[in-house]
Order: sequence, then C-alpha cells, then structure tokens
Amino acid sequence: MSAKTSFSCRSIVKGHVEGEAIVSREAMCFYLCDPETGEVIEKNHPLKGRSIAKKILVLQSGKGSSVVQVDGFYQLSVKGNLPAGIIVREIEPVLVSAAVVMETPMVDRLQADPFEVIVDGDWVEIDAETETVTVTKRGRDE
Amino acid sequence: MQLTDEEKRMLDGGSGRGVQRAMELLVALGKSFDAERMIPILRTHVALSGQEGDTYWCRLLVEGGATCKVPPTTNPSWDVKGLTKHYEVTESELELGLQTIEVYRKIGAKLTFCCTPGLGTNVPAFGEHVAFSESSATPYVNAVLGARSNRESSCSALASAVTGVTPLYGYHFESNRGGTMLVDIEARPKDAYDWGILGYFIGRFAGSRIPVLSFRHMENRPTPEELLYLGAEMATSGSVAMYHIVGVTPEAPTAAAAFRGKAPEFTLPVLPRHLKEQEEQISEKGGRINLVMLGCPHYTYDQLRELACLLEGRTVHRDVAFWVLTSFDAIELARRSGHLETIERAGCRLVADTCIDEPCWKSFEGGLGVTDSPKCMYYRERRGQPFVIRRLSDCVEAAVRGEI
Repeated sequence: MSAKTSFSCRSIVKGHVEGEAIVSREAMCFYLCDPETGEVIEKNHPLKGRSIAKKILVLQSGKGSSVVQVDGFYQLSVKGNLPAGIIVREIEPVLVSAAVVMETPMVDRLQADPFEVIVDGDWVEIDAETETVTVTKRGRDE
Repeated sequence: MQLTDEEKRMLDGGSGRGVQRAMELLVALGKSFDAERMIPILRTHVALSGQEGDTYWCRLLVEGGATCKVPPTTNPSWDVKGLTKHYEVTESELELGLQTIEVYRKIGAKLTFCCTPGLGTNVPAFGEHVAFSESSATPYVNAVLGARSNRESSCSALASAVTGVTPLYGYHFESNRGGTMLVDIEARPKDAYDWGILGYFIGRFAGSRIPVLSFRHMENRPTPEELLYLGAEMATSGSVAMYHIVGVTPEAPTAAAAFRGKAPEFTLPVLPRHLKEQEEQISEKGGRINLVMLGCPHYTYDQLRELACLLEGRTVHRDVAFWVLTSFDAIELARRSGHLETIERAGCRLVADTCIDEPCWKSFEGGLGVTDSPKCMYYRERRGQPFVIRRLSDCVEAAVRGEI
C-alpha cells in the first residue's frame, strides 16, 4: 500500500515534474558532481557516490562560488543528469540563479520540514504551478 | 512583487526573450527573499569566468536580443592571444575563450577583464545601490566603499546589467548591514599577505555573517590592497559579502555603530599565533617549484612597483615560470613608470585579462607552485596543483632559487 500526502510550497522556478526522492541534509555545490553520471564526488559529502540525476532532490541549501555553481548545473544539464526538480530548505541567491538559468523546477517553504516528510526512495511530484508537492511513500522499506 | 509597468513589460516578453529571461531571474531572486520591488542601479560588475555555464547564459540573453542597459565591467577569463603562444590549450578551450569574449562584446559589456573593479574601473559611491558579483569585489564595495550590493552570481549581475534593476532586499537595506559577530584582534597584520591570512582565518568562522573587526593595535590605516585581500579571503573560506572595521570602514566609526546597537552573536579572538597556524594549515611544506603565481585578486600598480623593487638585479630560476596576473591599466602604468622593464629583465612576466582558474595554466599541474594568495591555492588545488603560500618577498626568493 502506498500513502499519498500533499503539501503546499512556494514556487521559485516553474515546472511540473516527478521522480524518486534523494535527500541531502547538507548544502551542495553542483560543480562537485560528475556530469557523466550525476554522482556526487565531493569528499565527505553524505551523498558522495550517489546520483542525483533525474531525481527529486531535497536539499538543505547551495554552496560554492557563483561561477562554479552555475557551471555545475550547466554541465549536468548538457549530459541530461540534472535533478528533475529541487525542494530547497534554505534558499540562497546563487542556487536560485543556477536553477533559473538551467530552468530546473524549484520550490521552497514546504508546509512541513522536508527532511521529516520525505525520505530517499519516496516518489515525489512537484507542481510549481499550483505550488503543491505530493509525496507517495513506498509500500515498505527494502 | 510590485513591478513597474516597464518591468512588467520586460517580464512579459515585450522587450524580447533575452530581457525576459533576465527579468525572470531577478523576479525569482526577489521572490525568494521577499523583495517587495526592484530598485534601479547604474553600476554592475559581472564575474565572467569563461566557464561554459557562464558563457551559455550570456549567449542565451544575446540570442534573445538583449543588450546591456547598464554596461557592466567584467572579470577576467584568460588572455587568449598572449597565453596560447606560451602554453598548450585544446581546440575546444580556445574556442570557448574566444566565444566568451564575443558574446560579452555583443551584449555590450565593458570588457575590463579585471577582478578588482572597486579599485579602479568601476567605483561606486557611498550609499549607491549596485549589483556586483565576484566574491572579492562584493565585500570591497560594500564594506570599504559603503555601496550596497547583495552577493550576486555572475548570472544575476548580468541580468541586472540588461534590465537596469536589482531586487530590493538584503544588504540594500541599512537595517541589514549591521555586524553580527565581533572579531577581537590582538594580531598585527603588516602587509597585504597578513591581511589575507587574517581574512581566511575569519571566514572559516564567519560563514555568511557580517564580521566587525576590532583591532587592539592599529598603527596605520590599511591600504586598499590590504582591504581587498581581507575581503577576498573571507569570501573564500566563508561567504562574507559585508564586514566592518571599527574606525576604518565608513559605516563603522564606532563598534556600536557597526553593530547598529545590537549584540554580536559571538566573539572570535585572533591572536598573533592564529595567523601563523592558519598559514601552516593551508600551505604545502615546500620543495622544488615550477611556478610562482601572483595576482589573485589582480595585482595593482602599487603591488607591481613593490615587486619591481624586489626583483631589481635578480634573475628568476630557469626551471620556474613567474607570472603576475594584473589589470591592463596597471601594466600600462608599470610600463610608463619603468617598472615593467625591471620586472621583465628579471624573467618575470605580467599578464592582463587572466584569472588563475583557467585551462591555460594546466601545463604546471602536478608540480608545486608558490603564491601569496590562499584564494589562488584554494582554486588551483582543485585543478591539481598544490601551492606553498608565502608573503611577496619570500615568493620572489623562491622564484630566484627554484625551490622553497
């Protein structure tokens, strides 16, 4: 059985996307992802070795210089390995710029703490038009 | 957000797709930070990089018919004409370098290719609202000049250049410019190098806070270069875009004024040993070197003059390339004043329009370099070249000996 819950959010970059959730409790610099695979390559990052490609990324925040963040988004985009959409916990100007430039749907201000209500593997739908995030829990873990 | 009719027209595509994309970015930013409206600006600085993502955005705007309402000064990428004679670059790296120049020329940027606009080519006035990207330039114009800029990305600064506006939030408001942490400094930085190390140390603890530096001892007012290095390094180890120095920077005549009457979140003490420890923590130990690289941020004329004095009568070791990255106008002044000849006679070379973080420097990767800039070390390391960090006079000695 799968439980479906919807939350309101705020749209930053428009779009309607869905995918499997991957949660990053730490900020990310997208320059430190392998564009070929979408894998995080940053030393000591909790997501190191895992791919963010085509997923719904639940992200604490962005980090890194303005230039490299945008280039990171660009390189991932060229290879088709950007996340499908991003739910941000703490918005940050450079991250906003990068998402707008590469037209990656992005929302913030989820009605509930996204780290509490979304875990890796959940199916998440972002509708940035209606400002709604819908989370479908997997039937059972493992 | 409340937009004017003109801003709405831009957002709706009435001024073309390029302007529309630029306005969409600024509206998204404004919305993210609850800005109520835009504010007109007359100056911007774009942290052009010559990286594909950056050039892509500029090309997108150009192809959408946009040109700059407010021509921005620009960061360096690399001297495509000069450096390809010296070093191997691939066809695609050269192509990207040329394309970057072309799209920025087409959009109507002022092609200064220099990362220190606040010291010469683009100097805002006190209280002026601006949109400055480049992590070392933003704290300089905010803190030292008292202009008002948020921490902009190269993309948002270019969007402001195209539209002539920036969202009104953050550091544009007087009430958001007060200090949030106190730095109680017992150390006595004596040159730009020390100020850089101090900045790197503070940035590690500051994150994006606004540090208020209070010196127990200060004999002389810091020079523009010293302040530039301080800000550049606080924005490397942290993401500081605004700071105060009590009795020095214009919004901090007193500590109380710097904090706008509020209490600091915490106090960071800085003892003389902290600077030495910071240097040891980030610098490589030493050995044979293949490169001495200065000018991150770009060296000013005064620094070139100091360099010329140190190089007088010396000869750079044959195994060492000694490059100093600087601005076109500083090179011209050095030429006129005779220092360029002294520098070149010693075997040291100046190059304008160029950043340390570019593909033209890859032939040195794998070897050990020497620099006076922690920021240079930080960005070069990612490309595979470790650096020893020392003050200018030691860098010159290392260049002559071929080792450190």
